[in-house]
Amino acid sequence: MKKVALMFAASLLAASAHAEEPIKIGFISTFSGPQGVLGRELLEGFKLGLESSGGKLGGRAVELIQADDQGKPDAGRQAADKLVERDGVQIVTGINFSNVMLAVAKPVLDAGVFVYSINAGPSQYAGQLCNPNYFNVSFQNDTPSEAMGIYLTQKGVKRVYLMAPNYPAGKDFLAGFKRTFKGDVIGEVYTAFGQLDYAAEIAQLRAAKPDAVFFFYPGGMGINFVKQYSQAGLKAEIPLYGPPFSLDQTVLPAMGDAAVGAFASTFWSESFDNPASKKFVTDFEAAYNRIPSPSAAQAYDGARLLDAALTSIGGKIEDKDAFRKALQTVSFDSVRPGFRLNTNHHPIQDFYLTQIENDDRGRPIMALREVIVKQHPDSFVEKCKLPL
Amino acid sequence: MGLPLLLEQAINGVQFGVMLFLMSAGLTLVFGIMNLINLAHGSLYMIGAYLAATLYQMTGQFVLSFLAAMLLTALVGAVLERLLLRRFYDRSHLDQVLVTFGLILVFNDLVRMLWGPVSVPLPLPSLLAGSVQLMPGLQYPTFRLAILAVGVLVAGGLYVLISHTRVGMWVRAGASDRPMASAMGVNVETIFVLVFALGAALAGLAGMMAGPITAVQIGMGEPVLILALVVTVIGGIGSVRGAFVAALLIGVVDTLGRILLPPALGSMVIFILMATILAWRPKGLFSVHG
Repeated sequence: MKKVALMFAASLLAASAHAEEPIKIGFISTFSGPQGVLGRELLEGFKLGLESSGGKLGGRAVELIQADDQGKPDAGRQAADKLVERDGVQIVTGINFSNVMLAVAKPVLDAGVFVYSINAGPSQYAGQLCNPNYFNVSFQNDTPSEAMGIYLTQKGVKRVYLMAPNYPAGKDFLAGFKRTFKGDVIGEVYTAFGQLDYAAEIAQLRAAKPDAVFFFYPGGMGINFVKQYSQAGLKAEIPLYGPPFSLDQTVLPAMGDAAVGAFASTFWSESFDNPASKKFVTDFEAAYNRIPSPSAAQAYDGARLLDAALTSIGGKIEDKDAFRKALQTVSFDSVRPGFRLNTNHHPIQDFYLTQIENDDRGRPIMALREVIVKQHPDSFVEKCKLPL
Repeated sequence: MGLPLLLEQAINGVQFGVMLFLMSAGLTLVFGIMNLINLAHGSLYMIGAYLAATLYQMTGQFVLSFLAAMLLTALVGAVLERLLLRRFYDRSHLDQVLVTFGLILVFNDLVRMLWGPVSVPLPLPSLLAGSVQLMPGLQYPTFRLAILAVGVLVAGGLYVLISHTRVGMWVRAGASDRPMASAMGVNVETIFVLVFALGAALAGLAGMMAGPITAVQIGMGEPVLILALVVTVIGGIGSVRGAFVAALLIGVVDTLGRILLPPALGSMVIFILMATILAWRPKGLFSVHG
């Protein structure tokens, strides 16, 4: 009898210990090198999202374990193996580069751990490779350029010139644009990755006399290109259009006036005026003393969706079926109105046209102009056969 | 391709070459005279750009900020030489590569601590921000013409300094035969600090001239360093004249390669050029060491 009572007490203890155990999240991102700004943006957005629910998810404490992938797939894979095997994380998130995601996702999913992308959105995992435990709450890679293709077609723009770096994401972004743009592509130029000087390409572009330029240059390449484009006196003649990542707050301060007047298609901008978004921008500026980028916003949203889903199931992340269902169905107060997840666990969301202008303090921001397309799904969902 | 476009691309090539020369001049001096492979030269380029951006933001004086930033970068170079790099003159090239590669990482993280990971703005004063019409159908950015002018001035200044002054004679003597030069009473130590500081100032100048047209960001010196090493090797290690000729050659060939050849081949063309020239003249176009 005594023994039974002891066992009962022990099991009670175990149960309560179980409820106290923190939820372990592995956060792999690029924190070093020239791209290190991206990792910081995502991490700080995610942390702010956690803080908005008191540092807890579904009432349970959170242990956030950071790892630096240095922008390299092999380093990301090693970090993921360690997080899954040694630290026993339940969720892997934070990955910014699609090539890192492609290296990391499979071993993580094979171990039965959730992959929860707050940035990278390679087409493979939206289509054939879609997986019950893989969620993307940011955007599928092709969608922002698809939106810009829709917009320029609506506007009746005839002749467009395309520019991107010569690497997989550069080709994906231009492919997304060409999927929806119905006018003529009169030039499609791929430059070396990391190129500094675009004078030669800009001279060729000027001679081709396009009606518009669609470009995708992330990070420093975008700063180089936009500054040089403006100095060549082309900004007033041929407008620049791009996805948000070439014109967001990670690069705008360095571009300054050179970027003013350029257009970006985006799912979120710092000039959104819904209450959730306003609160996020105010809190972010108070915490980090700068304007957040869409990357920070989607990371913040990611943390808030996790909290909403876990709250609805009493924090029991161990019940994977319930957690999966909750992520898919729970509604939360997103900074992106109308945001929901499609059957392939990728977003359906609205896309907007924004234009770069200076705010009342003289800082360049993405100012909202108009809605381009409502409830835009990605183009790969048909290839995904997930049980509903 | 019409005449104005061809002319514009030619100027683009020369202007890019001049920018590469600014970067390579210091590298080739240090490499040739001290026999030191300084991979951290790219870090001095970055430091120059960050200092110029900060000083310009604080004072609003474009030219003065640039001059002050050059002096400060020279100072950083001199301190680096005194405290650390002078211990490595007699070590193997592998040791030098290791220590200066380490310096790249240290400087990148120092800059991250001081300025943060986001790249900083370095705008142009309105006088230099626009473009001028060189001929009908040919608009050219004013600041790129300024880079051309500064590059040609620096090349001329270095030519006079090295070929027609006493200090220049010591430098040339040190470059071609170091033990003999010190045996003849040249104070090699002082020359070394001066040359290193001058090299640093030139790297800083290159960085701040590139700053308004490219991103002032962490690691901005590394891609330029690779091109500068190519220039140094083609021109002949230690030869400023060689660096000038090689830089112009690379600038023009790279620009024309990018517009005339398919992308993959276009980005390889300067390395093919380097291999060809080295097969023909293994010591570069203007070899100093006989």
